[in-house]
Amino acid sequence: MRLFISIFMIYLGFQLLSANAVEDFSVIDKPNDNGGAIVVSWKEMVAETEKNFFYQIMIAEQEDGPFYPLEKMAYPLKGKGFEVKGYNKEGEESTLVVPNKTYFVKMKVLNGDKSETTVSESEIISVTTKGNFFAFNKLNSFLILIFLTVVIMCFIVYAQRNPHKLFVRRIAGLDAMEDALGRATEMGRSALFVHGLRSVSEIPTIAAINILGKIAKKIAEFDATLRVSNWDPIVQQVSQETVKEAHIEAGRPDTYKSENIFFAAGDQFSYAAAVEGIMVREKPATIFYFGYFYAESLLLSETGAHTGAIQIAGSDAFTQIPFFITTCDYTLIGEELYAASAYLSREPKLLGGLKGQDVGKMAIILILILGTLFTTLGWQGFSKLFWPS
Amino acid sequence: MNFLKKTLPLILAFVSGWLAITLEYIPHQNSEATMASLTKGLIIIGAITAFMGIYGLFSLHYLKIKRRSEGWGYSTLVIAGFMIMTAFGIYNNGAFMFQPQVEAGGISWIYEYIFNPCQATMFSILAFFIASAAYRTFRAKSLEAGILLVAAIIVMFGKVPIAGLVSEHIPEVAQWLLDYPNMAVKRAIFFGVALGGISTALRIIFGIERSYLGGE
Repeated sequence: MRLFISIFMIYLGFQLLSANAVEDFSVIDKPNDNGGAIVVSWKEMVAETEKNFFYQIMIAEQEDGPFYPLEKMAYPLKGKGFEVKGYNKEGEESTLVVPNKTYFVKMKVLNGDKSETTVSESEIISVTTKGNFFAFNKLNSFLILIFLTVVIMCFIVYAQRNPHKLFVRRIAGLDAMEDALGRATEMGRSALFVHGLRSVSEIPTIAAINILGKIAKKIAEFDATLRVSNWDPIVQQVSQETVKEAHIEAGRPDTYKSENIFFAAGDQFSYAAAVEGIMVREKPATIFYFGYFYAESLLLSETGAHTGAIQIAGSDAFTQIPFFITTCDYTLIGEELYAASAYLSREPKLLGGLKGQDVGKMAIILILILGTLFTTLGWQGFSKLFWPS
Repeated sequence: MNFLKKTLPLILAFVSGWLAITLEYIPHQNSEATMASLTKGLIIIGAITAFMGIYGLFSLHYLKIKRRSEGWGYSTLVIAGFMIMTAFGIYNNGAFMFQPQVEAGGISWIYEYIFNPCQATMFSILAFFIASAAYRTFRAKSLEAGILLVAAIIVMFGKVPIAGLVSEHIPEVAQWLLDYPNMAVKRAIFFGVALGGISTALRIIFGIERSYLGGE
């Protein structure tokens, strides 16, 4: 009987140990990264067992240690794909995992009570980190970019060869631009161009600068005054150059005044206050708002509306578009901001880009319809092709 | 001269544009280091142009004061404010300018008791402007304006606690309007903006869009 009990106890002990052992333990260099992380995986334990134990990953720079512990992980932390980007050496600040270095990793299962004794320990696995030359997790985005680039370029070439076959719908705000500038000229007042609150590296700011070039050329031809307020000194410098070149192109370099393209303020509400002050004091006949705006959009455009100016706005800031629609005479919504330059110049190459955009939009609509259809029918495979991974 | 003014900027736009796109898909540490260097370059240019911005600001307000243009008194305030803040910044509460900025003294006081209240004032004006803009918008002159008015009333009313007491369906309808029709339009705009952004970037990279250089 004793022998039977002993055998049973030994069997029970083995069962308990094997239940708490780290199974399917693996360590790999994180794929598609700069070599600054490793990924640790292990088989998840059953919930009842996990509640009483902690997992602890130990990392070392040499096989014989010392091993530095990472934070303890308790249930319900999953055992798949735990990412290690750094660890704490004793008495030192956080040490980062670096590329082209071999690390040794093991995992301990600790008792959940105060003793925190080691119940089981995995084998030591070595891994060498390395940076990758292509992010395969962004492959879908890369292929879409290539597709859109090819489509847009094809349409640009097509537009060059067939310049009269392109139809672009009317954009009222852009058609009204010349009239608005003419009004400023006739009234002998200035036009004010208000830049949005983003830096020159942002697309809406670049689109705004493109439109500024067209407006400045018209202003130079009409011999009117254009004032340009800037929130960013780099945008101011680029705007100065753009307006100057536009005056030269129009054959009126003498009418260019650098002080009309000024840095108003570098802070959101200071900028709004400065520009509102200009509107109230100088009463410009026409005000343009182009770029990305935040809460100052309504402050500016409502003040402009009170001064009686014709206001034309263009922004891709979704939250501010309603304010512009409410207070401005014309508003370019979202992509119309990017189309403005092409629309105003009627340059076939630029219009071709717009057509390419439309084809891209059609492709997206088709993908959305198919994705909705397949997902509704219970197959997510198609949608997953377009998910970020 | 034409090379420096036209051709070189186009070459730079082409090379740096493709470099930025390519680096986005290369996670290697060398690629990250290159991107970090480019970003540092932008910061350096930003620091240089900040001085030019200040110069521009000063010359503008100096001219206004000199010419006694309308509102020239405000320009004196701009210059005085700049001078006072710079003086306090250099003094740095006795630690002077080669030490990290101390969070006490004149700068902190001006920031806390003048700058912040001024900002709060500007922001609070927004509430009145929203009311005045809403009044103008909600005059139902057409079918579209009428639909807008009804939708706005439902959303506004549905977001206040009393709506739930009147009918439990009002907050649900308000949320439905935000989650479905509003979200659908929002996403449509996002797609358009994303494609427009790509198209604009390509036009600049390939030198098709040259408006920023002042030409067609």
